[in-house]
Amino acid sequence: MIATAFALGALVVGSIFRLKRPYAEKLMPYESGNPPVGEPRQRFSVKFYIIAMLFVVFDVEAVFLYPWAIVFDKIGLYAFIEMVIFIVILFVGYIYAWKKEAFVWD
Amino acid sequence: MLPKLFFGYYAVVIIVLSLLVVTRKNPVHSVMWMLLLFFHIAGLYLFLNAEFIAAIQIIVYAGAILVLFLFVVLLLNLREELLIERFIGTWPTALVISVSLLILVIRAIQDMALAPPGNHSVDAIQAETHTVALGKILYTDYLFPFEIASVVLLIAIIGALVLAKRKMRSPQ
Repeated sequence: MIATAFALGALVVGSIFRLKRPYAEKLMPYESGNPPVGEPRQRFSVKFYIIAMLFVVFDVEAVFLYPWAIVFDKIGLYAFIEMVIFIVILFVGYIYAWKKEAFVWD
Repeated sequence: MLPKLFFGYYAVVIIVLSLLVVTRKNPVHSVMWMLLLFFHIAGLYLFLNAEFIAAIQIIVYAGAILVLFLFVVLLLNLREELLIERFIGTWPTALVISVSLLILVIRAIQDMALAPPGNHSVDAIQAETHTVALGKILYTDYLFPFEIASVVLLIAIIGALVLAKRKMRSPQ
């Protein structure tokens, strides 16, 4: 509590009392002494999007596994078969992604 | 007293964070505020004893969907977007839409009548915990929608690959 108050207090007091004299060169991002070239934010490749999309899909698949794992002993074989069907359908997508070279980074 | 304080904290912080998300100039900052917003929504779900939904909120929304948002933001070239003045000309329309939505929500809550509790009353769900109750009903009564979900996910995989992979082939 005291430690947090001291750490935050130092920052707050500092921001109130310190001098602020910004000018264009001071606000420039530091690039090892050279003037910055181009934009810091460049267009990302669509490759990142594919990885993120596949991650979302298999994340949601994993989410379905959690309640299944909890109630598995109460439902038994029936639950096992339906989860096998579920995973086989998604495995088709996995094979498709593999064949499309979605996991290859080039 | 304590539950009210807890709810009040989450309600206020969620509203403030939502405003931050929609008003930031830099879309990457918006996404970062949204991350904090998703964690607070998960806290609110825990407050409702919905621990499974809270876990999903973190795993799927904060973990996966937000990454997707961030990549989409970075995928678009947003340098021009930053310079455009926002909230000009559109705010009367936005006001009308949001006020009518608010009225709709208030009317719906006023007219809401609780149905008689069936097998899944609040007490029954609390007795066997939220996740178990959900699992039991999802993998027996709602088996077909569950299997349909896998087909929907399969379509998402194929759709993403068809749309995105085509662009990668073109420069070669």
